[in-house]
Amino acid sequence: MRKARSKLALITFTFVLALLLSIIPLPPIAQWFRPEWVALVLIYWVLTTPDNVGMGTAFIVGLLLDGLRGSLMGQYALVCVIISYLTLKLHRRLSLFPLWQQAVCVFLIIGCGQLTVVWVRGLTAQSSVGSMFWLAGLTSMLLWPWLYLLLNDYRRRAFT
Amino acid sequence: MKSIFQRDSGLGLQLLVFAGVAIALMLLDYRTAYLAFLRSTLSVIVSPLQYTAHIPVQLAQNLKERLRSRQELMTDNEALQNEQRLLQAKLQKLASLEQENARLRRLLKSPVLFATDKVLVAELLQADADPFVHRVVLDKGAKNDVYIGQPVLDAGGIMGQIIEVGPVTSVALLITDVSHALPVETQRNGARSIAVGTGSWHELELSHVTPTMDVQVGDELVTSGLGKRFARGYPVGAVESVTAEAGQLFVRVKVRPTAQLDKSREVLLIWPANAIPEPAAAKEKDNAKSTQ
Repeated sequence: MRKARSKLALITFTFVLALLLSIIPLPPIAQWFRPEWVALVLIYWVLTTPDNVGMGTAFIVGLLLDGLRGSLMGQYALVCVIISYLTLKLHRRLSLFPLWQQAVCVFLIIGCGQLTVVWVRGLTAQSSVGSMFWLAGLTSMLLWPWLYLLLNDYRRRAFT
Repeated sequence: MKSIFQRDSGLGLQLLVFAGVAIALMLLDYRTAYLAFLRSTLSVIVSPLQYTAHIPVQLAQNLKERLRSRQELMTDNEALQNEQRLLQAKLQKLASLEQENARLRRLLKSPVLFATDKVLVAELLQADADPFVHRVVLDKGAKNDVYIGQPVLDAGGIMGQIIEVGPVTSVALLITDVSHALPVETQRNGARSIAVGTGSWHELELSHVTPTMDVQVGDELVTSGLGKRFARGYPVGAVESVTAEAGQLFVRVKVRPTAQLDKSREVLLIWPANAIPEPAAAKEKDNAKSTQ
């Protein structure tokens, strides 16, 4: 029970932190380079603990992100669901990859999520994203190895 | 906790369900306003995050404001001090300008002028330092049609006459100069005499006044027009004292000029309307008279 609680605490904490980091104001130029924290953390947990974090969690987290970002209700929910689906589909192979290959896959998965965003914005007649929009995926990819190792550290402590 | 869906095979189904819900939500939000409640609930839930995210921004802004305020204050302070210095300098000039203005107004309104005179205000450029030579340099010259012998007045009365004319300056001899003699008459009874300068700023003397002349203290003297320099009627001064000295042929009459000879800075140059006729014209008049 204690382990379960500490697991839940850790997962919740990382998600909260990710949400926070995704809305902290940055100077205008730096905004484009902000990695997709929520997506990264989501992919990590889905990858490492698919039993605990699945599409349901993804949906809720996505909804919270919608609330934070003020976007169309359900937009980021859909994005997170898709991201988690892809990760779940590939998770066996992905967990065996070396870090850098994982990073590339993370980039692709997040890219799919970003694509969804572009589609939804197009369908709902919102302004189109600039060319700088895709940079977030790149920075996320670069951040992945570090985040993976960091969270592994904490996960091991909480889960064993 | 195992989800109700089976792991691998249920993935597609899961996706369908969740994606469907998400799309439904999007449609509702996009087309209708039914989700307002959901939105407001969400905003309440995420508001702590938003406040927390705002803290570093607030700190940075506060710091910036504190630093900038000091710098702004310093720059403002410097600017204000500079401005104050400039304004003080201007203020000093203002005081003197005000006084000059008042003097000029007195000068131009002075009752000495006849309405038909043409006047020109001139400023004293230089006063002779020699106490016995009462000459002053004025800032108007031939360019302004100044002529030799032109009367120079101030607000109180006659000051002197022009003795030299340059292109842009001229020299006036004051009535208090020892070499100046001014034909005057008493306003009361028309008694004529000559007021001579004594070298003192406040004193003229009537020359060759016999004891039988009717001169009293307080008599006001004006120019008599004789001598063809000054037109008739300009105030000269008032009799200050009449002293009969035993054994002397003449009476000493001291006159105090009404013009502020030692103080005036702005003076009037006059082109008298009732000009003294030229000797040639006078001769013609005489001839005309005699032939009649």
